[in-house]
Amino acid sequence: MSRFTANADGGQVSVFNPRQADTQKKKSHKSSFRQQKLPAWKPVLTTGAVCLALFIIGLLFIPIGIALSATSANINEVKIDYTGMDKSSSCFSCWKSSSWNNTCKCTVPFFLDRSFDSTVFMYYGLSNFYQNHRRFVSSRHDSQLNGNMESLMEPSKDCEPYAFRDNKPIAPCGAIANSMFNDTLDLFRNVPTVGDVRIPLTGKGIAWWTDKHMKFKNPGGQDQNLTTVFQGTSRPLNWRRPVSELDQDPENNGFINEDFIVWMRNAALPTFRKLYRIIHKTKKMPTLARGNYTLHVVYSILHRVLHPTSNHISSVPKPLQSDYPVRSFQGRKWVILSTSSWMGGRNPFLGVAYLVVGSVSLFLWVVLLVLHHQNNNP
Amino acid sequence: MGWWSPLSLMRDSLRGQRARDKDLRHLVSNLPYEGLEKKKQPNRYFPGNAIKTTKYTLFFFIPVNLFEQFHRLANVYFVGLAILNFVPVVNAFQPEVALIPICVILSLTALKDAWEDFRRYQSDKKLNNLPCFIYSRKDKKFMERRWKDVQVGDFLKVLCNEIVPADLLLLHTSDANGVCHIETANLDGETNLKERRAVAGVCVTEPDFQPESFSSIVVCEKPNSNLNHFKCYVEKENKDKVGAGIESLLLRGCTVRNTDHAVGFVVYAGHETKSMLNNNGPRYKRSKLERKLNVDVIFCVILLLAMCLVGAVGHYFWRQTLPGVPPYLVPDSSGHLDGPSLSSFYMFFSMIILLQVLIPISLYVSIELVKIGQIFFIMNDIDLYDEDTDSRIQCKALNITEDLGQIEYIFSDKTGTLTENKMVFRRCSIMGTEYPHEENAIRLAVIDEQDSEEEVIFHQQPPQPGWSLDVEDGSPEGTAHHHHGSRHKSKFAGNAQSNVAFSSPLETDVIPDRKLLQQVGIAARSSSVRKMDPYLDFFLALAICNTVVVSMATARRQRTQEQPCSFQPNNPLDDFSNFLKRAASFRNIFASKTKRDRTFSETSFKEYDGFNPATKADDSGVLTSHDQNGEPSTVCYQAESPDEAALVYAAKAYGFTLLSRTPDSVTVRLPSGQNLVFEVLDTLAFDSNRKRMSVLVRHPITKELVLYSKGADYAIMELLGAPYAEHLKGSQKNIVQDTQYHVDGYGKEGLRTLCFTKKVLSTKHYEDWYASRQRAMAAIDGREQLITDTAVQLETNLTLLGATGIEDRLQESVPDTILALREAGIKVWVLTGDKPETAVNIGYACRLLEDEDLVINMSCKNKLICASILDCTLEEVKRYENDPRNVDTTPDISLVIDGRTLAMALSPDLQDRFVELAKCCRSVLCCRVTPLQKSGVVKIVREKLKVMTLTIGDGANDVNMIQAADIGIGISGQEGMQAVMSSDFAISRFKHLKKLLLVHGHWCYTRLANMIIYFFYKNLANVSLLFWYQFYCGFTAATMLDYWLLIFFNLFFTSAPPIMFGIMDKDVSAEVLLGVPELYRTGQGAGVYRFSTFWISMLDAFYQSLICFFIPYLVYQDSDVDVFTFGTPLNTVSLFTILLHLSIEIKAWTVVHWIIMVGSVAVYLVVTLLYTSCVTCNSYWTLQKQMIDPVFYLVCILTTVVALLPRYVFHVMRNSIAPTPIVQARHLDQLDPSTREEWIKEWRDFRGGGKVKRSELSTPPLPVLDLTPQSLNTTNFPGDEITLKSYT
Repeated sequence: MSRFTANADGGQVSVFNPRQADTQKKKSHKSSFRQQKLPAWKPVLTTGAVCLALFIIGLLFIPIGIALSATSANINEVKIDYTGMDKSSSCFSCWKSSSWNNTCKCTVPFFLDRSFDSTVFMYYGLSNFYQNHRRFVSSRHDSQLNGNMESLMEPSKDCEPYAFRDNKPIAPCGAIANSMFNDTLDLFRNVPTVGDVRIPLTGKGIAWWTDKHMKFKNPGGQDQNLTTVFQGTSRPLNWRRPVSELDQDPENNGFINEDFIVWMRNAALPTFRKLYRIIHKTKKMPTLARGNYTLHVVYSILHRVLHPTSNHISSVPKPLQSDYPVRSFQGRKWVILSTSSWMGGRNPFLGVAYLVVGSVSLFLWVVLLVLHHQNNNP
Repeated sequence: MGWWSPLSLMRDSLRGQRARDKDLRHLVSNLPYEGLEKKKQPNRYFPGNAIKTTKYTLFFFIPVNLFEQFHRLANVYFVGLAILNFVPVVNAFQPEVALIPICVILSLTALKDAWEDFRRYQSDKKLNNLPCFIYSRKDKKFMERRWKDVQVGDFLKVLCNEIVPADLLLLHTSDANGVCHIETANLDGETNLKERRAVAGVCVTEPDFQPESFSSIVVCEKPNSNLNHFKCYVEKENKDKVGAGIESLLLRGCTVRNTDHAVGFVVYAGHETKSMLNNNGPRYKRSKLERKLNVDVIFCVILLLAMCLVGAVGHYFWRQTLPGVPPYLVPDSSGHLDGPSLSSFYMFFSMIILLQVLIPISLYVSIELVKIGQIFFIMNDIDLYDEDTDSRIQCKALNITEDLGQIEYIFSDKTGTLTENKMVFRRCSIMGTEYPHEENAIRLAVIDEQDSEEEVIFHQQPPQPGWSLDVEDGSPEGTAHHHHGSRHKSKFAGNAQSNVAFSSPLETDVIPDRKLLQQVGIAARSSSVRKMDPYLDFFLALAICNTVVVSMATARRQRTQEQPCSFQPNNPLDDFSNFLKRAASFRNIFASKTKRDRTFSETSFKEYDGFNPATKADDSGVLTSHDQNGEPSTVCYQAESPDEAALVYAAKAYGFTLLSRTPDSVTVRLPSGQNLVFEVLDTLAFDSNRKRMSVLVRHPITKELVLYSKGADYAIMELLGAPYAEHLKGSQKNIVQDTQYHVDGYGKEGLRTLCFTKKVLSTKHYEDWYASRQRAMAAIDGREQLITDTAVQLETNLTLLGATGIEDRLQESVPDTILALREAGIKVWVLTGDKPETAVNIGYACRLLEDEDLVINMSCKNKLICASILDCTLEEVKRYENDPRNVDTTPDISLVIDGRTLAMALSPDLQDRFVELAKCCRSVLCCRVTPLQKSGVVKIVREKLKVMTLTIGDGANDVNMIQAADIGIGISGQEGMQAVMSSDFAISRFKHLKKLLLVHGHWCYTRLANMIIYFFYKNLANVSLLFWYQFYCGFTAATMLDYWLLIFFNLFFTSAPPIMFGIMDKDVSAEVLLGVPELYRTGQGAGVYRFSTFWISMLDAFYQSLICFFIPYLVYQDSDVDVFTFGTPLNTVSLFTILLHLSIEIKAWTVVHWIIMVGSVAVYLVVTLLYTSCVTCNSYWTLQKQMIDPVFYLVCILTTVVALLPRYVFHVMRNSIAPTPIVQARHLDQLDPSTREEWIKEWRDFRGGGKVKRSELSTPPLPVLDLTPQSLNTTNFPGDEITLKSYT
């Protein structure tokens, strides 16, 4: 076609380079993002690719399962029910008179058929205790427990109706603190020749380190006299003693009492256990040798004044009545003795689950392999 | 005075209301009342010209906006929950936390609204303060005021290139004929000039119009939104009534062109103007997917209520079994403990708060975001960009992107949609002789090939100064200058592309047929000026009988061609014959060039004196031709429809050049060089019922009154009367028959045909008719009908001159696109105003019909017959389908139906049968349909068959249809912007539809559908965890997670991945989707998002949440785990499961995917670690503690694997055993591009859908039209054609 020449009346002749012209136009960028052409990995889930994945899962899970099962099987655990629902039990009377104001004392004998060689953790267990009840969970004042003076004197509304008592703020306030577990447990070994030997129980280190040192603080700093600090506050309704008298050890008294801290971490499920004491391993000797033991239960909060290091039953000054009542919710109480491993306490489920899943994926691997071959060689 | 009593105020406002509601308004001039107080103003009841489109005011923004927002049900739900949280006995969360979501959503929406409203406010302010000239009695001249000061009853003066401020009744213009040109680009995008005429005889056209002398009453109708219709009359003092219509109305928003100034009377102002009434907000369409989604939301509500009920009942029984009052039951602050029943009643509401996430409110917000992203990608697609017009796709409806992937029926306009609407004169038949114009055909073929190689670029040419019509009128200094800028600007603003068609050599140049040229030459020489020859008459009719505006003065786009050396083929594949052909055609062109003074394209345009209407025509009306400053061929034609321009250009090629057109005269230059000025007595405009137009002129020499008509052959042939007297005596009948034969032939070639006639009127006849015409014009009721009637009265006894065939070229890749759409399972209907022959041929050319198809041709004149035909055909079709011989060959049935039959078939009693028949047809061609029928067809198919419909069209006649369908697509083409304005998407070429539907439609749909399913799954999986926990906390609505982390989980940790998934996932690449259109079928009908898919994913969610809850539960039971330590692995596992579940669904992983997925996990870890470092929080140090515990990791791995294994294996099994087409396509996608091409090609060949045929208009098989009347009974021919045609 003849070359077009436009020269009329100022109309310029311009033969555009198309690339230059593009820049002035509405044409959008050719970037691969805008054109949706970014390089992409497009996996298609087919038998071939997946066989490998299933095989790897099987290969990894089965050994893990075996290891977990073995570990779990090596953990010794014994659970002693001391609720006293059985009439023959010496705790029966205590259970019957279940009220916050009774005092009671009973013993539960038990037999360990295996010796516990490593460090033993002693838990108390409760069933049917809904520590995770919505209103119960929030019935606390974290700021107060963190040592805030203002919160000490003005507990949050969350604590109600356990916030004030006789117009005095309750410290620690709330339903959780109020319902603190207060049975005193002691363990004796019946050595035929010697008689009952007290097993040394350590209460130190049962709470999380961060809880004890960061989350929970006594008001007014470290070296204050707790009695003066808590002046003007009232003890929780169910408590026999104020918070400043939980323990004689200043490192374990007040809000930083470890039993208290442990209780304040609400259990996730209605049947739970909480760490009570630790029986540290001693040299060469098994921590708890095979044999007969007696659990001494003193349903009194004062029992805890005992020096943990003491080897003998110290004289109970005035055993005030305090049993931890579980009848109101048909609960049960246990003491659990357990050794531990890298995976915590005994837990057969995890190992079995790994084994099952591993086997299932190996089975699927075989099925898919067959399918894959059928598909490829029709 | 006690006038200001509230009672009178009320009376006044009532009266105003009544005045505004009256059907007729009587308006008088404001001038006599100037300066009087408002109460005395006669037009006080009508609103002023100030506009306010804002929704809010500064002070009431917050309450009004909140009120607006609470109209949305979702927000009410949110607020209800927040309020519930403040009820102490019910609250599950801390009340403040519960407020966060609603506050975030409300404030985001409010910000968006405020910003939009501010923009509206700014533009209102700008508009209201534009200057304009209002006549002031005090100053005795037009004073500069603001737009907002304009009142109904004022006199306004609008200067050239100014925008009209209000709807004006044109009273006076600077033009001697009272003509004013306007450009309506602002209203409908049409850039051709339209002519407006001052109301005749109302104002004495002195050089200066005196508004004060105006004492008539203007009676006009109530404001309405019809831009093409206006009724009014002016009642003079002497009670004479002068009618006026839209041709005298200057619409607000138009620009005055070519006229120095115009004075008008304000009839409507402000919000009552037609442009404002047309200014509706953005349309809101609800997509099919969203409708389905809402049903599923209701299921979610039911599920939520069921869960809450379980919670409440569970709580009741839990409380019942408690023997006493345990220490963990906390009484309220007064020490009172609710009984079990009351407490479980409260618990129901607490549960609603706890499980609220189940109602996916965030889903709605996410869908909006996803759609914005999808539209971003559609708009940016370079394949949907058209270089020629520099336009990309416009998305006007923002919320129906996914509907693009579900289309089952496409209704398409033909002209301008399938075809270019660039009309090219191809053939003509004069007095029964056919002139095939072969040279021209060769030239077109060459251009066609060249077009594909050339880069075609348009550039703006600045208009020359002083172009105005009225230079001698002494236009004010600076007007021309002003005009420069604004014209230039408006061109840019108005997306002008109208002139493209008429300035490219393709349309403007016609190489005359040698034989015809000789014939014309003989005729011109032999016949004296007084004795008309049919050949001269034919070309005069071509030049005169139209509404083309001759213009030399608009800024025009011109086509610049970068010329690759055409004699050296760039493409080595150019074969030799091609080369030869091209060389030959060049010789031709050059030959013709030397012979005639034709220019290949306009190289210059210069003012031509004769253009001025005030021509110095002498009495005889003959102008001596004087070529002072240039060739007359530099004129530029602007036509409302491109075929008119094509005809004028054709006439020009034979030397009959249309030089100018004013309302009263037409100047034509004859081949001899003579200029003839015809006095135009009347123009009977085209309408879709008559299908013809006529122009009544007085011949300048013979003084005969001649009526030239042109129209569709069927609209003309029945009106023929006396044959052409002086020619071929005795063989008149043959002329008609021959012409009809030629016209039919043209139709078969796919040409648009027009017949031209002439009629000579006697003066007496004219005068009689003129009187009735005047009456009709002045009528205010039923004027259209009356005017049409008068036109019909005149158009009788016509004498046939000849016929023309105009080619409307198919757009690029139309056959390709239609074939692909068909393969995609979309039924394509073409609705056209053309005659069946033309339509059928276009149908074959664009592969709507195939050679081997069974074509059913329906055409009948009687309803009874129509009914019986429908029944017979239905039966036949059914039999054909059930025929065992046709089992393996898919019966492709196509239906061709004409407008009249369609009207009968769409009547209520036949509707069902017609739809039934149409359902069996792969494609349907409806010919000779009216715009109303077009929308009727769409509506009926949509409602009866319950299918997704899409309409595509380009013209004003498609607007109804576009609005009737689920998706309306406008093509921004030659016929203005009306279709585009009413459409949901606007594209520039038909071929873009392929990618828009097959790729973007498919993507948008699958993305959104999968995203929604995933969202439901995600919410349920998340919420169920909380629900399972209720069984272990006494149904007390307790959570094992901190409230904040719970809120964050939905807000931050898991919100971005699904949105990204909805915007960016790509199941199959664009190349494969385009290569295998069948993949589109996955979205049709129920599509991906079905009832079953929804419930399967819900069940999966239940399963996964069970696993996610109970594996950690079994691991941690009988341990000293506390609530929040227990919740941490649950939350983590849930997050991993939800994200990995998504990663099974994600089909293509790009960088963005990786960043967002990994980022989500990182955000989770960082935020949770930071949050659990807060000393006074319940969940203090939980995650840290867990992260140093190996069991935590073991639990996470195990749970995630178990939760996802079924889905994973299910996917794998399905992909291997019964792969869906999509999966197969994804396999295809993994091949490298060349292998993939190969594969697709092989597959296509195998399927036989194969090779795309080259579209050749000349070779489609002609449909067998059975002409025997006895074929009323259905006959099944041995071939594949059933032809039903009845004659009654």
